[in-house]
Amino acid sequence: MMHIIDRRLNPKGKSLSNRQRFIDRAKTQIKKAVNEAIANRKISNTDGGERIKIPSEGLYEPRFMGDSEKGTHDRVMPGNKDFMPGDKIKRPPSKGQGQGGRDASEGGEGEDGFHFTLTRDEFLDIFFENMALPDFIKKSIKEEVTHEYTRAGYKRQGSPSNLNLKLTMRNSLARRLCLRRPRDEEIAELEEKITALRQQKKHTIKEQNKMIALLEELEVKKRRRKVVPYIDPLDVRYTSFTEIEKPNTHAVMFCLMDVSGSMGETHKELAKRFFMLLHLFLVRQYTKVDVIFIRHTHLASEVDEETFFHSRETGGTIVSTALDVMQKVIKDRYPPEDWNIYAAQASDGDNLNSDNAHCQHLLTQNILPMCQYFAYVEVWDSHEAEMFPGDNNATRLWQAYEELKLSHQNFALKKVTRPEDIFPVLHDLFAKNKKSEVA
Amino acid sequence: MTASRTRKKPPSSDKKSPAPIFEGAEWDYEKVDNCFQAIQKIAIDEMGLNVYPTQIEIITSEQMLDAYSSVGMPLMYNHWSFGKSFLRDESNYQKGFSGLAYEIVINSNPCICYIMEENSMTMQTLVMAHAAFGHNHFFKNNHLFKQWTDANAILDYLQFAKNYIAKCEERYGQKEVEKILDSAHALRDQGIDKFTRRQKLDVAALRQRELERQEYEQSQYSELWRTLPETTSKDEGEIDLIEKALAQKLGLPESNLLYFLEKHSPVLENWQREILRIVRSMAQYFYPQRQTKMMNEGCACFVHYHIMNRLFDTGQITEGAMLEFIDFHSRVIAQPDFDSQYYAGINPYALGFAMMKDIERICENPTDEDREWFPDFAGNGQAIKTLKEAWENFRDESFILQYLSPHLMREFRLFNLNDDKSKPFYLVNAIHNKQGYIAIRSALAAQYSVANLDLDIQVTNVDLHGNRAMILTHNITNGVTLDEKQINLVIPHIQRLWGYDVSVKSIEPNIDKTHFA
Repeated sequence: MMHIIDRRLNPKGKSLSNRQRFIDRAKTQIKKAVNEAIANRKISNTDGGERIKIPSEGLYEPRFMGDSEKGTHDRVMPGNKDFMPGDKIKRPPSKGQGQGGRDASEGGEGEDGFHFTLTRDEFLDIFFENMALPDFIKKSIKEEVTHEYTRAGYKRQGSPSNLNLKLTMRNSLARRLCLRRPRDEEIAELEEKITALRQQKKHTIKEQNKMIALLEELEVKKRRRKVVPYIDPLDVRYTSFTEIEKPNTHAVMFCLMDVSGSMGETHKELAKRFFMLLHLFLVRQYTKVDVIFIRHTHLASEVDEETFFHSRETGGTIVSTALDVMQKVIKDRYPPEDWNIYAAQASDGDNLNSDNAHCQHLLTQNILPMCQYFAYVEVWDSHEAEMFPGDNNATRLWQAYEELKLSHQNFALKKVTRPEDIFPVLHDLFAKNKKSEVA
Repeated sequence: MTASRTRKKPPSSDKKSPAPIFEGAEWDYEKVDNCFQAIQKIAIDEMGLNVYPTQIEIITSEQMLDAYSSVGMPLMYNHWSFGKSFLRDESNYQKGFSGLAYEIVINSNPCICYIMEENSMTMQTLVMAHAAFGHNHFFKNNHLFKQWTDANAILDYLQFAKNYIAKCEERYGQKEVEKILDSAHALRDQGIDKFTRRQKLDVAALRQRELERQEYEQSQYSELWRTLPETTSKDEGEIDLIEKALAQKLGLPESNLLYFLEKHSPVLENWQREILRIVRSMAQYFYPQRQTKMMNEGCACFVHYHIMNRLFDTGQITEGAMLEFIDFHSRVIAQPDFDSQYYAGINPYALGFAMMKDIERICENPTDEDREWFPDFAGNGQAIKTLKEAWENFRDESFILQYLSPHLMREFRLFNLNDDKSKPFYLVNAIHNKQGYIAIRSALAAQYSVANLDLDIQVTNVDLHGNRAMILTHNITNGVTLDEKQINLVIPHIQRLWGYDVSVKSIEPNIDKTHFA
């Protein structure tokens, strides 16, 4: 009278569609919470999911309820110690004893917070929603097309190495069955009968007739086997591959960061956060983007990810060195005619005065023409920002770059003063509708 | 609670003491099967329980969370609120705020028991005794379940509901369906028939009816009807009479709001009515469970306790398994005192189990006091028979009124506290002494009564000839008024379903207050 069913192997995620519906419904709140979360946490631990709290506005399920602050309740409770009938117990201030259940909906204006954990994917999806690398028209005409082979059914001709045995044998079997090709066993059986008859000393007429019949049958079958071959060219099939064209998706992002002495801890922290976000975004949305890390003081060098984000260095500031290195790397490894080149630069705007003009020159003459997009982010201490509000007090480098912006639509610059700014700035720089905005 | 029990046959005196069915914590199908057979022998042959066939389903903790979020049902239509509860449960579980149930049992035929793969073999044994026989017997025999639910049809109905709502989403859009479900969910508590008999959930007939509805509508449709002139106005008296006839025809007053809206809303489409019907059928299905929670758990605990002890007495489980069981059992039926930080009301497992054991004690070993209070069955020596009668014919409220003994009230040290919110103090009305027994018993029963569990809200008037405004009347019990915030949130949902103005009126002898929304 009992069945046991093992449900453990049932498809997982029965609640997935409900979860999706919930997240859709709470989209705006979640987005806000995600942005807050990113402002507060260390970017480096983006690997886990994120526990977020959203207000329950729009997510509350109302129903008629009695007001627990009103009326009389006759309660029966266990564990009486020393109460006697008629005892009066003073009501504790504010909340009724043992009746806490309502504070959730009561506290604040429906600010009934709701905690839950987004998976990393969900988190980043929401986080990077509406962001993309701007896709300006590629200046170089030469569009490199890569070819890739994919499976595409079967065909009758092909090279022996692509012979599809399974299908060939299936066809052969079908044909042999239809055309009644005698099997090995049938022939062996006949031959056996014949030899058995032959071994007899004497043959009756009946047996002789039978012998003749058997020999004839054997003859027919052998002929049939010759006419209907085991494998016919008709049966043979080859696995087919076809070539498809893939557009060039080569893209490279240059990350240029100033790590000179003028960059204080806060500056560096801001710059690093900016690049970490940028990096995360690239890795997530574009599987095939190369990322090149370049950092500079008065000297610049290409470094790996680890060094870029985690090692310390200090020195003077010459911004153009980084641009030089970038130019060199492009020349050596990323010919602009084959690659879409993007760059992001972060600095506090301090530069050797004589170098600003040089930077401007390098960008206009060499780098900007090769680049799809170049974003400059200037990091400011929040105190500096308070002391010098407005754009009038811009650094020299900023001034130099601002001139570039007027003449180049693939150039953008932004200022970051607080960690909270980073995400909006990144979002502005890489907003999906960038194209229409700029073009 | 004491976990020891007077054994009639100590294991040593057993003539043949067979090898235990299992040793150690690991379980496998063979062991589970053997255990089930052994339990079944005790439950059916010795206790005479009457159960649906059982279907045991092994699930993972993740699937248990899934089951939680769809109110424990194996199938459920999709709605964001289930996603919300899933996320909340998952979050609580991961943070370690709450553990998971060891089993979920569904009132269906066959009776489906989910058990978790993490459980030890002892736990699997316990869970089978508890759910597959305890709850199962209660589902099959209790009069409320017999009257209000149809165990044969529920799985089919769930399948129908899920498919129907999925089809509606396909046809009318997820957003539209979601709106109706949101509104219907807000009225779930007011979607229960309390007085009439249930209707059979016959899926074939449901489909047929839906088809007929559509066909009828199509056959009746004519462009010409729209061109008919407005009817002429009638005089006051005539309207009054018509109103009365109308109220009668509409069946006013009606306490099942969802039913009323499904039948009479002027704005809903057929598919929307069917969705209301689905929501209210689900609410109806759970109605008996709410009224028998304490008894149901008490019954299941009593059954598992009895079976585990019998298994041990006959040497079928080891001492180790028995210890594990007792440890678990005593945690489940623990009742913290009112002043303990763990107090969260009366534990239905604790009270239920204690009452069942108490009845057993009264049947087998009564005191004079018991004979005085329970002349019908004290000392009759037929504990299981007496209990089975109780499980069949009562619900929590009436069960307490009938069976709560002074002995148990003393053991729990129950006292009755009157909490009048308008006074600055609580009043101790009665304690566990001779003068207090009756008062405590009625107060505790009242705590479990429908009147205290549910608000009394009815549709009393709809002005079909005027502005079509609907008036809901809330009859105040014990001075508990409605939470205004909630009213303001729920009213828009009713308006969506009704299409016109809706207001709620609260009636009490001395206060007459109306909230207009």
